[in-house]
Parts: sequence; structure tokens; C-alpha cells
Amino acid sequence: MIEVENLTKKFGNLTAVDDLSFHVNEGEIFGFLGPNGAGKTTTVRMLSCLISKTSGSARVAGYDIGNDADSMKIRQIIGVVPDDLGLYEDLSAYENLDFYGKLYGCTEIQRKESIQRLLTMLGLWEKRDAASGTFSKGMKQKLAIARALIHDPKILFLDEPTANLDPISAKTVRDFILELKNERKTIFLNTHNLDEVQRICDRVAILKTRLIAVGTPNDLKESLWLSKTVIQVDEVNDRILKALDALSLKKITTNKNRLIIDVTNSEKENPGIVDAIVRAGGRIQLVTDVSPTLEDVYLDKVGEIK
Amino acid sequence: MRLPVAWIIATKDFSTFMKKKGVIYPLLIPSILVSIVVPLLISFDSSLFGTISIPSLLDSVLFFFVIQAMVMPMTLAAYSIVGEKAEKSLQPLLAAPVTDGEILLGKSLAAWLPAIIAACATASIFMALGDLVTYGSLGYLYFPNMSAAVILLIVIPVVALFAIGVNIIISSRANDIRTAMQLGAFAYLPIAAIFGAGLFHFFVINAINLLIISAIILMIDVILFSISTKTFQREEILTKWK
Repeated sequence: MIEVENLTKKFGNLTAVDDLSFHVNEGEIFGFLGPNGAGKTTTVRMLSCLISKTSGSARVAGYDIGNDADSMKIRQIIGVVPDDLGLYEDLSAYENLDFYGKLYGCTEIQRKESIQRLLTMLGLWEKRDAASGTFSKGMKQKLAIARALIHDPKILFLDEPTANLDPISAKTVRDFILELKNERKTIFLNTHNLDEVQRICDRVAILKTRLIAVGTPNDLKESLWLSKTVIQVDEVNDRILKALDALSLKKITTNKNRLIIDVTNSEKENPGIVDAIVRAGGRIQLVTDVSPTLEDVYLDKVGEIK
Repeated sequence: MRLPVAWIIATKDFSTFMKKKGVIYPLLIPSILVSIVVPLLISFDSSLFGTISIPSLLDSVLFFFVIQAMVMPMTLAAYSIVGEKAEKSLQPLLAAPVTDGEILLGKSLAAWLPAIIAACATASIFMALGDLVTYGSLGYLYFPNMSAAVILLIVIPVVALFAIGVNIIISSRANDIRTAMQLGAFAYLPIAAIFGAGLFHFFVINAINLLIISAIILMIDVILFSISTKTFQREEILTKWK
């Protein structure tokens, strides 16, 4: 549904997005993960034809983002929820949606049906005549999502949709995103919320100006970050460290009386490690297997680029 | 360029303006007051205006509505463009399937049409009341006349366009509505100077002079809109507008 090849955006001498290549499949939730200033918003702006690319190419639903005629078609089949929601605060929820429905060429009947359906699904129907400026952050976020869906787009770009929301509102938004996935909509989710990515994304790309990694959350955890075995002994001494060195392990670090050892397969490697420590006279108090989280992968990979 | 799309944007802005009563009323009240109070004062005692003849007085006051036709679009355009910029509502609009030109036209119409309607309506009230109170002393109906027709049909529309063109250029630099209006105030000066010159007889407000002024302003309008269309481009708005 989205194909990106060597996409680059420069603002003068500053490279905001550098040589991105990835694809997003139809009907998947694709998480775009990165710290502030990583180029997430710039990428969404390029893919939604709001700003031009400097080089490379991208196709959205088969349309070329660099082609003026195609860019209008792309805008017709996508919905965008920017980080700044940009609602018309003097207008009611209904008027906000009706305006965008008209802009997208929906008929009056289509608009009425869509507005009622979306506002009902998001729990805002009762508030349809209230000025959106009187809404809470969560309600505004929901209204902005409804606005992006008013014309039933195939692809939805969401820029930090749960940022600054309370946990209940954030869950409502996440649940709604999952409902959209069931409707086979392709969702491009910009976020720096790792928990959110792990909960709802089918695949995730980690970005920091350049693409660092892309895959399913589990693939990333397995392929990019080793498991760790933490062994607590009564005392870490040279004999134990020499015994472990002899095993040619990937990495050993110590923290007080703890040995933190990178392992590829803990079930196979741990018995040998324990045996070596015991033979070296170490008294083992505790053995813990630590599986990586997506946060570990993220911090590891983003930190590497610094 | 699809006019219906521009009209959708304009009507949305009309709806927004109608909800900003604190903005609309102060814009309308001065011209309503002038259109009623000046004829009342003339009927009460025309010598209140010194040695100015009644026709000169009527012409000069009619020119006041030209200034009104500039103040109103300047303010509305500030709310329409800088207001959206401040509310961050331009990005979703720019992400919709509309061209930059359609947005620009819609926003210009939203500021231009109410200004024209308000200026022409209040000027018409003034002309009707002016005729009513001066018919006895003049012995004929002073309005409508050629100067009034030129003011209503030509000067007011081109001056309102001038105000919008100035405001669009200011919008790329101003962060808030107040700053946009303060910067825009400089654009009133040449029009106010013409008004003053007419009032104090340095300049004769007649149809020919008004047509010459209109032609000059129209040429400036063309230049301003050429600059505006270059300024009002989505990438420029998203990445360079402060």
C-alpha cells in the first residue's frame, strides 16, 4: 500500500530524513517509532503530499508522491491526523466534520451517515452540537480521528495520536485504531510510545533520521537484541571471570555481586555458565533470564546512533 | 481552480465569523453609526460641519465607507489566515484534496464578500438618510450620483482586495491576529490620506479622480496577489511560515 525507496528530505543543509526505504502492507498497522526530531512528521508530510521530497521515491496506493496529478488522488484516499489536531474550535463537532466531508466531495446523505456513525463509535454523538473548543484533549483527539475518516479513506496517517492523553482516553483511541484495522484500513502510526507499538502494531520501523530497523515487534526483539542472563553470586572475583572468559561468551558486565551476561540461547548456554561459576568456587544465589523489551531494543538502537 | 471548493472554504469561514460576535460587532457598529448619526447631525444643524458645503460633506463621508471596506477584510483575513495558523488548523486543510489556489480564493472571498456587503449596505443607508435630510436644502436628491456609483461598485471592491492582499503577505510573518492587524494598519494610511485630502479640499472626490485612484489600487492588487500566491503555498506554509 505504501512503497518508499531512498526517500530523503533536506531543509537547506539540514537532513531531516535520510535515505528511507520500507513498505507498508494493506490492512496493517505500521508503527513509525523514533525520538523527537527523528523525521517522523516530515516523513508523514511527504507521504501525505504536504511537502516535497528532496530525492528518492514513494508510492501511496500506487500513486507517486512526486507527481502533482497523483498528489491530489493521494489526498483523496488518505486521512491525516496531525500532531497539532487543528480543529475549528468555534465550530461544533458536527460542523467540523461536515466541512471536511464537503471538501472531500461527500454527498449530504453520505456526510450525515458518516458523521453519525463516527461520532457514535467515538462516543461524541451527544456532544455533536457543542463547540469543539469546549472538548477535553481526549475528545478533541477522537474528533480529529473522526475528521480524518469522514471520507472513508484507505490509509490513515496518525501522528502521535495518544500523546498527552490520560490512560483511559489513550485506550479508547487504541481500541478504535484496532477496529479500523478490522475494516482493512492501512494505518501509519507515528509514535514514540513503545508500549503502544507493542500493543497494536503489526510491524514497526525505528527511525532516527535514517531507518535503523524494521520488522515485527517480536522480530526486532529477537534479531536486534540478545537475551541476558543475570547471575547473582556471593562475590564476583577474578577466578569466576576467567572461567567465564574461557566460555567465549559475547559480553559480560558486572554490577556489584551480579554478572550480566549476553546470551543467544539462554536454555542452551546457562547450564555451562552455571557450571563454570561453580567450578571456579562461586556460590550462586540467583539466576535470572531477562528477555528484552521493545524499549530495550529501541534505546539500544537509538542510543547507538547518538 | 474549482469555485465550489473555494466556496465551501469561504462558507466555513463565514460560519466562524458569525460566531465571533466580539469581532463582527465592532467592525459593523462604526459604519452603522456614521450612516445614521451624520445625516441626523446634518438635519439638526448643518453648520456643525463648518464651511463645508453639503455636497462636499456627503461625498467625504461616503468615502468613510471605503476605509470601512478596508478595515473589515483586513480584520477578517487576519482571523481567517493568521487565526487558522495560530489554531494550527491549516495542516488538516492542506492535507485535504484542495489546491493552494482554492484555499486562497476561499479565504479571500470570506474576507471580501462580507466587507463589500457591509460597506455597500451601510453606505446605502447613509445615502438614503442623506437624501432625506438634504432634499429640503438642496432641492434635489444628491444620491445616487456617479461618484457614489464609482465608490460602491469600483473603489470599495478594489480597496477591499488591497486589504486582503496585504494581509496574506503579512500572514506569513505574523504569529497572532493582533500583530497581523497592527502590521496591516500601515496599509490604511494611503487610503486615510485620500479621505483626509477629500475632507479638507486638497483633493476633489469626483468620479474621474476616483476611477484614477481605483485603477492605481487595482494595479497594486494584481502585484499583491501575484506575491500572495507565491507566499501561500503549502510547503511554504508548513515549513517557512513563522
